[in-house]
Amino acid sequence: MTATTSPAPLVIEVENLTKRYGAITAVDGISFAVRRGETAALLGTNGAGKTTTIAMLLGLLLPDTGSIRILGADMLSERYRALPRMNFSSPYVDLPRRLTVAQNLEIFARLYGVADIKARVREIAAELDMTALLDRPSGQLSAGQRSRVALGKALINRPDVLLLDEPTASLDPDTADRIRSYLTAYQANHGTTILLASHNMAEVERMCASVFIMRAGRIRDQGSPRELVARYGRANLEEVFLHIVREAAAQ
Amino acid sequence: MHEPSTSLFAPLAAGANRAWAMALRYIYILRTSWPRIVELAYWPLMQMILWGFISKFMATNSTWVAQAAGVLIAAVLLWDVLFRGQLGFSVSFLEEMWSRNLPNLFVTPLRPHEFIVSLTLMSLVRTLIGALPAALLAIVFYHYSIFDLGLLLLAFFVNLMVLGWSMGLIISGLILRHGLGAESLAWMAMFVLAPLSGVFYPVTVLPDWLQVVAHALPSTYVFEGMRAALFTGATRVDLLLTAAGLNILYFAGSALFFLHTFRIARRDGLLMRIGE
Repeated sequence: MTATTSPAPLVIEVENLTKRYGAITAVDGISFAVRRGETAALLGTNGAGKTTTIAMLLGLLLPDTGSIRILGADMLSERYRALPRMNFSSPYVDLPRRLTVAQNLEIFARLYGVADIKARVREIAAELDMTALLDRPSGQLSAGQRSRVALGKALINRPDVLLLDEPTASLDPDTADRIRSYLTAYQANHGTTILLASHNMAEVERMCASVFIMRAGRIRDQGSPRELVARYGRANLEEVFLHIVREAAAQ
Repeated sequence: MHEPSTSLFAPLAAGANRAWAMALRYIYILRTSWPRIVELAYWPLMQMILWGFISKFMATNSTWVAQAAGVLIAAVLLWDVLFRGQLGFSVSFLEEMWSRNLPNLFVTPLRPHEFIVSLTLMSLVRTLIGALPAALLAIVFYHYSIFDLGLLLLAFFVNLMVLGWSMGLIISGLILRHGLGAESLAWMAMFVLAPLSGVFYPVTVLPDWLQVVAHALPSTYVFEGMRAALFTGATRVDLLLTAAGLNILYFAGSALFFLHTFRIARRDGLLMRIGE
C-alpha cells in the first residue's frame, strides 16, 4: 500500500481580481492560489500590477471586481480576521525615522497583540543580527540595516502569511543574500506562506516553488521555475520571463 | 500572538491596546524631540505675554474690559485650547504622512476608529503641554487664574477640545484625500473660527447674517458663556448644553467624513501613494 499525502490547504485564493484607475487597468482579472508553507512570486516588469495586487491582498486597496480569501477570511468583508496572522514589508514604505529600532518594533508588536513584547523584540533582533541597532534611531541606519529592521517588523507577529514587495530591492548582493537565506530558513521552520513581488529572477528561481508572470495587469503564465524553464526550452527563468513579456508586448 | 479570548470584553481591550500603542508612538516622538515640546508651549506663552499686557492697558482705558478683569486673558487661553486641540490632532496624523507609515499601520489589526482615539488622546496631551504653562504664567504675571472658573472651566475645556477634534478629523480627511500639499490646512483652517466665535467680543457686533453662522458654532456658546461668567458671575447652562449638542452632531459628522475619506483612500490607492 502506498501512502498518499494530500496537498497543503490553500492559504491565498485570488479570483478574477481587477483594479482600474480611470481608463487604466492596473490588474486585469487575475486568479491564482498559494498553498500553506509555499513561497510564490509575482514576477513582472515595472507597472505589471505586482504592487497593486499585493496592496489589494493586504486590504490597502479595494478591487473593482473579484475576490480574495486569505487564511479562509474574505479580505473584503472580514480582513480583520486575517490581518493579525499576516504581515508585509516594502522598500517603498518607511518606518518612523525618529523612533529607535526597539521603539518601532515595540509599537508594531503592540499593534499585533504580541505577547511578551520585550522578549520577542530581543529574539527577532538576535535572529536578524541587529541587537546592536536596537537603540539607534531608524533614520540613522544604512539601507541594508533598514531592510533588516523592516523584515524584523514584518516577522514580529510570527505571521502565517508574509507578503513582501521587492524584499531585496536596492540592497548590495551580500545583504540581499543574507535576507534570502534568512527567509528560506524562517519559512522552513515556521511553515509560513510567502508571496513576494519581484523582478529579480535569480531570487525568485532560488526561493519560490511557484511563479506567476505578470505583464500589463495579467498573469501570462505560471508554474514552478523548473516547469517554466522546461516549457519554454530556455536556460533559466530570466530567459523565460523575457520571452513571455516581449511576446506579450509584440501582441 | 495572543490566543483568541472568549471574553466579551476581549475585542474592546485589544482595541484599547492598539489605540494606546499608537499614542505611545507619538509620546516617543515627543519625548525624543525637545524642540517639539518647546514649540508646543512657546506660542501659547507668547500669546499670553502679548494679551496680558494688552489686557493691563485696556483695564485702565476700556470700561468694558475694566468690568471683568481677565476677560481677554481667559479668551486667549480658551482660544488656545481650541486651536491646540485641533492642531494636536492634525499634527499627529501628519506624523504618519511625513514618515510614510500609513501602509504599515493599516495592514495591522488597527481599526480606523482606534486610530482616531489615539489622535484624540495625543491632542489632549499636546494641548495640556501648550496651555498649562500659559495659564500658570497668567497667574504669576497678571494675577489672573483661569482655574477660578472651577467646573465651568472643565465644561468650556471639554467643549472646545471636542470641536478641535471635529476640525482635526475634517482636516486629516482632507490631507488624506489630497496629500501633503494640503497640510497647511492644519495650521490655518482654525483661524476662520476666531472672528466668527466671538472670542474677544460679543457676537452681536457681527452683521446679522454672520451671526447666523456664528450661532451654528459650538465655540460661540462657549465664549458667550465665558463672558457671562466673568461679567455677571452667571453659569449659563443653556449655552453649555447648546454647545454640547452641536459638538455631538459635528463630531459624529466629522468622524463619518474621515471614515468615508478613508474608504475613498482605499478605493483610489491613496494609502500607498503618500506624498504631495
